[in-house]
Amino acid sequence: MSRYSIFTLVRNALSYHEGWERAWRSPQPKREYDVVIVGGGGHGLATAYYLAKEHGVRNVAVLEKGWLGGGNTARNTTIVRSNYLWDESARLYEKSLRLFETLSQELNYNVMFSQRGVMNLAHTLQEVRDTERRINANHLNGIDAELLTPEQVKEIVPIINLKSRYPVLGASFQRRGGVARHDAVAWGFARAADAYGVDIIQNCPVKGIRREGGAVSGVDTPKGYIKAKKVGVVAAGHSSVIASMAGIRLPLESRPLQALVSEPLKPVLNTVVMSNAVHAYISQADKGDLVIGAGTDQYNGYGQRGSFQVIEHALQAVVELFPVFSRVRMNRQWAGIVDIAPDACPIISRTHVRGLYFNCGWGTGGFKATPGSGWVFAHTLARDEPHALNAPFSLDRFCSGHLIDEHGAAGVAH
Amino acid sequence: MLLITCPWCGPRAESEFTCGGEADIARPLHPETLTDEAWGEYLFMRRNTRGLHREQWHHSFGCRRWFVVERDTVTYEVRAVDGPTPAAGSAR
Repeated sequence: MSRYSIFTLVRNALSYHEGWERAWRSPQPKREYDVVIVGGGGHGLATAYYLAKEHGVRNVAVLEKGWLGGGNTARNTTIVRSNYLWDESARLYEKSLRLFETLSQELNYNVMFSQRGVMNLAHTLQEVRDTERRINANHLNGIDAELLTPEQVKEIVPIINLKSRYPVLGASFQRRGGVARHDAVAWGFARAADAYGVDIIQNCPVKGIRREGGAVSGVDTPKGYIKAKKVGVVAAGHSSVIASMAGIRLPLESRPLQALVSEPLKPVLNTVVMSNAVHAYISQADKGDLVIGAGTDQYNGYGQRGSFQVIEHALQAVVELFPVFSRVRMNRQWAGIVDIAPDACPIISRTHVRGLYFNCGWGTGGFKATPGSGWVFAHTLARDEPHALNAPFSLDRFCSGHLIDEHGAAGVAH
Repeated sequence: MLLITCPWCGPRAESEFTCGGEADIARPLHPETLTDEAWGEYLFMRRNTRGLHREQWHHSFGCRRWFVVERDTVTYEVRAVDGPTPAAGSAR
């Protein structure tokens, strides 16, 4: 792999950009791997990268049923933050945010991480109190957070209407939060993992998981049977489908989560504004489009589309808060399939099948966790035991009762 | 938006309904005798079917009755609406 730098850029510019080499190989699968990762989204590729880099496990394959990062990695609203209420989740997401801060340098790939701040609005007195509580909890966990008055909100976001149907009584602000280029995160991890010798195999859905004597032995694919000592499943919305192949039940429900982007506008919004109460969040991409996230649909669905009233609800809230956007036209709208756990927290865990691991349940907020999720899952796979950061997120919590009730605390908007 | 045929009110827009999740989950009769695993299984584990899925719906902004819908979770097509017949329902 040749490193990207100003010199390679100039050299390739002089040769009309015809000399760039491909960013990763497209190999045929070998017959056997130490670790097979099911799912070539951001989390799966990050897992492969950290397995190779941190743990020296390089005989690894990533199997992707479609193309790299074509699922939820390409369907989220690219927000990165770590201002979670509970210690367990705050630590996990903070680990991820810290990895994001140096990710472009580490991967030698510009993931366009822009720490433009994330603002969570409070619309009622109770929400203001909950926000204060969350900010204090963040401080105790060493995470930056500020309480803003409505006037300070207006100073940062002059176009906001403070006295709408959803009055703004305050907000939390995490300045280190922001957005990153979602595709670049997947591509950067893919390129860096490939450089370590990881085989990335696209168009290769897993059709079955073979087991021998209570341990995993390999996976069936259209490209043949692939033996594996360990299998890590990072299949987001399809986790339950893969789990059923190995006789495992998961506490997940897969739902459509919708988002949309507008036509490109001149710079008008320089931070991320989220409102849990009205289920809407909005930011402006570097390209100029407004990126708007809505809530999840109420029913289970694998169809990558949702119901119209959900985006209508989000947009009416956005227009209330930002009347200036009332005549902006929307360009595209889509849904991703998000796997939601009862406590809205991920499951990063061993299972009762030896050598079979799951990293799922990221629900509506997985993008921000991409590097951290891969980092802890690689540790879990390599050592056959969770890292302290992901130990609370085991599958066992659904019989021990140690749920991490982030649902009510962080709201549903991620 | 889904079009759901309420057994009592006929076809109505999804926004009149509330989805109540997977159908046919029976509360164990003697929870105190269950292991933690079995209780967790009942509370949290779900089929999350890709394909034909039986789920409960409530006509919240209509007749306010529950019924069961068989729906394809990939095409979102509502195949069948099941549950107490209107006659049985009105017998109270």
